[in-house]
Amino acid sequence: MVKRIEKDQARFHQIIRGKVKRNLRKYITRGELIGKKGNDFVSIPIPQINIPHFRYNHKKSGGVGQGSGEIGTPIGRGDDQLEGGAGDAPGDHLLEVDIPLDELAQMLGEELELPNILPKGKKNITSQKDKYTGISQTGPESLRHFKRTYKEALKRQIITQTYNPLRPVIIPVREDRRYRTWKVNIEPESNAVIIYMMDVSGSMGDEQKEIVRIESFWIDTWLRYQYKNIETRYIIHDAVAREVDQETFYHTRESGGTIISSAYKLASKIIDEEYDASDWNLYLFHFSDGDNWGEIDTDECVAILEGNLLPRVNLFCYGQVESPYGSGQFIRDLDDQFQDEEKIVLSEISDKEEIYDSIKEFLGKGR
Amino acid sequence: MNLPQELAKTKDEIKRYAEGYRLDFFETIFEIVEFDELNEVASYGGFPTRYPHWRFGMEYDELAKGYSYGLQKIYELVINNDPCYAYLMKCNNLVDQKLVMAHVYGHCDFFKNNLWFDHTNRKMMDEMANHATQIRRYCEKYGEEVVEDFVEVCLSLENLIDLHSPYIQRRPDKPKMIVESESEFVAPLKLKSKDYMDSYINPAHFLDEQRKITEQKQKEKKRKIPEIPERDVLQFLLDQAPLDRWQADVLSIIREEAYYFAPQGQTKIMNEGWATYWHSKIMTEKCLTDAEVIDYADHHSGTLLTGTGRLNPYKLGVELFRDIEERWNKGKFGKEYDECDDWNTRKNWDKKLGLGQQKIFEVRKLYNDLMFIDAFLTPEFCREHRLFVYNYNDRTDMYEISERDFKAVKEKLLFSLTNFGQPFIRVEDANYFNRGELYLIHEHDGVDLKIDEAKETLTNLYKVWSRPVHLETVIDEVKIILSFNGQDHDEREIE
Repeated sequence: MVKRIEKDQARFHQIIRGKVKRNLRKYITRGELIGKKGNDFVSIPIPQINIPHFRYNHKKSGGVGQGSGEIGTPIGRGDDQLEGGAGDAPGDHLLEVDIPLDELAQMLGEELELPNILPKGKKNITSQKDKYTGISQTGPESLRHFKRTYKEALKRQIITQTYNPLRPVIIPVREDRRYRTWKVNIEPESNAVIIYMMDVSGSMGDEQKEIVRIESFWIDTWLRYQYKNIETRYIIHDAVAREVDQETFYHTRESGGTIISSAYKLASKIIDEEYDASDWNLYLFHFSDGDNWGEIDTDECVAILEGNLLPRVNLFCYGQVESPYGSGQFIRDLDDQFQDEEKIVLSEISDKEEIYDSIKEFLGKGR
Repeated sequence: MNLPQELAKTKDEIKRYAEGYRLDFFETIFEIVEFDELNEVASYGGFPTRYPHWRFGMEYDELAKGYSYGLQKIYELVINNDPCYAYLMKCNNLVDQKLVMAHVYGHCDFFKNNLWFDHTNRKMMDEMANHATQIRRYCEKYGEEVVEDFVEVCLSLENLIDLHSPYIQRRPDKPKMIVESESEFVAPLKLKSKDYMDSYINPAHFLDEQRKITEQKQKEKKRKIPEIPERDVLQFLLDQAPLDRWQADVLSIIREEAYYFAPQGQTKIMNEGWATYWHSKIMTEKCLTDAEVIDYADHHSGTLLTGTGRLNPYKLGVELFRDIEERWNKGKFGKEYDECDDWNTRKNWDKKLGLGQQKIFEVRKLYNDLMFIDAFLTPEFCREHRLFVYNYNDRTDMYEISERDFKAVKEKLLFSLTNFGQPFIRVEDANYFNRGELYLIHEHDGVDLKIDEAKETLTNLYKVWSRPVHLETVIDEVKIILSFNGQDHDEREIE
């Protein structure tokens, strides 16, 4: 039986989830969530929900306490609620709500009105998985459940009083036999790979990287929700590109110039070697301040995109963050070249506030 | 679940001891429960059958988390009811169970005998269950969310009650029928005169003037609603607000429960002090075995712990009771003692009166926390127990110890206990601006309200009154009116 309190608790959880959802925009722009990520959950701090009353402002009233200390000794921080006299006022502390990543992605989807992605490639290929989940009275001998069978026999013998404790021989008969049964799960298999590319040249500061970090966290959350299997690869580049792990990706700071084509070349090499475009859904995200080294390289980038990348990827997203040195030309060059290309999404992210809209632009096409 | 045999025996034993000390209680039923059941009952304020609401779920969430992290554990839970119900946690060991039982008998005695509990419903267990059934029925009929929201609105106003109303009849049982009779019409003043002098003695402009004055008087005489300001705001809303029947019923349920719980808020220090006094007496004088002493001492001192500067009602209460007992045993009261200013004489004062026990029983019958502190907190006690006043320091964003002066401590403590720590709010006018708007006044006594919360509460009040609502209060020594008209909040200064 469901306990009464469990129903009230479930209702409470529903309410706080609603609160998280309403304030999602605020949470999206803050980086701290990423640090609170567990395997399947994110802990989100929300203020405790109080039922409002006409009541005293404790900061104005003060109170009486007990213990040692000189006059002027601090006894608690301003945001703690000290117990005033005998009445214990509820504290204004934060609640931590654990929200499954899937649910968070769902909220993100609803909030940003993101369409579900129609996977390409193996969308008709499904894999069957057998799972042994139950017990039945019939089945092949090879699947006989010895322990259960034995138990049944024992039960029967005790009930019919044929069980002799002095000579505990248990002989199962036909009716005692129990067999394992299985259920077939059909799992659609769609694979996806995300390749993140980031410009780490001298002009990309910590704030710019933070934006990239937050944005890719949400992109990750959403795509993981859409695909069963997902792989992520990270490429950093300044004048040359190399593949790195996630940790390095977010924390490297290089100096030097920017040659974007180096990253695109590396990305297409990785795709050529490891991901067959007919089987994989490919997502490319590139973040830079757009200050590319000369027009010649930009032309080369366009060529790689056109010839090599675009035919194979689901989506190519370019996010241009604004660096202290201003924003570069690259986004406009791409825009000129690929105005009608659906697979390319361009977005300018000048500060954290714009992450929300930028995610919407990137993922809003449902590709 | 029934008590296991061993505990049943312990219970009888402790009951005998308690009766031996002349404690007088309702029959007490102990239920033994698992920790999660205890958490559940505790979240429902002690009543296993309570109406459904998310706030209980929130409470439970917190208790469950606190328990699983090992931060907190509920020791005792006892319900003011006849018979009294009390819960024992299954996993506690025997000495804990003994302690809790002894403590519970102290509470039961207090519930039964303290005057402030006189008007509480002693069949509240059943009443709460009825309330729950009622609210569940409304949920089915009008939709869970609708009812839940309205319950929340009512809860937001639940502290707007008149604590003393159970003891005084503030208004006649039935409102007198008010019929505006012809006789109430007062003719404007006209000076006496002979016919032919009339137009000279009562010229037209004079008559006009008089008519205006009379009209003005009539207007002022017009019945005000409420005739006298009303502190039982909930009752007033029940009588006057345009509520559906189910809404009125929900509001009256919340009001009844608020009145039921109020005495517990009014006597927290005394009630816990009294129970602690008795558990310690029963345990140490009667039923501790040698093997249990350490565990008992550990748990008892845990109960009386005063964590970082906070006031612990258990500690304050029990120490005050003991202080009273000692003073009345030694005769440290009355004019002669009060006027003695020789420290040594005072200290060694002992008239061997032996009135201590008698006095504390009298105190538990007649007093509530406010009177208790007012009458029995002495400068000696204040010094010995190192009480202090703390205030908030803007600059450091900290609460800091600000004074140790006896007068200041007592004043602050009394303030925090007045009206069980809630601001006084009264209905002044239900026809404000002659537009049926509700005008409340906060009787400001030195401490401001929390403004953001007050605004939200006004929003809720509007949902009940369905016309604009106003609250007069004082912020930073400026008199202001907070208003909510259904759409916008307004805040303006007045003179």
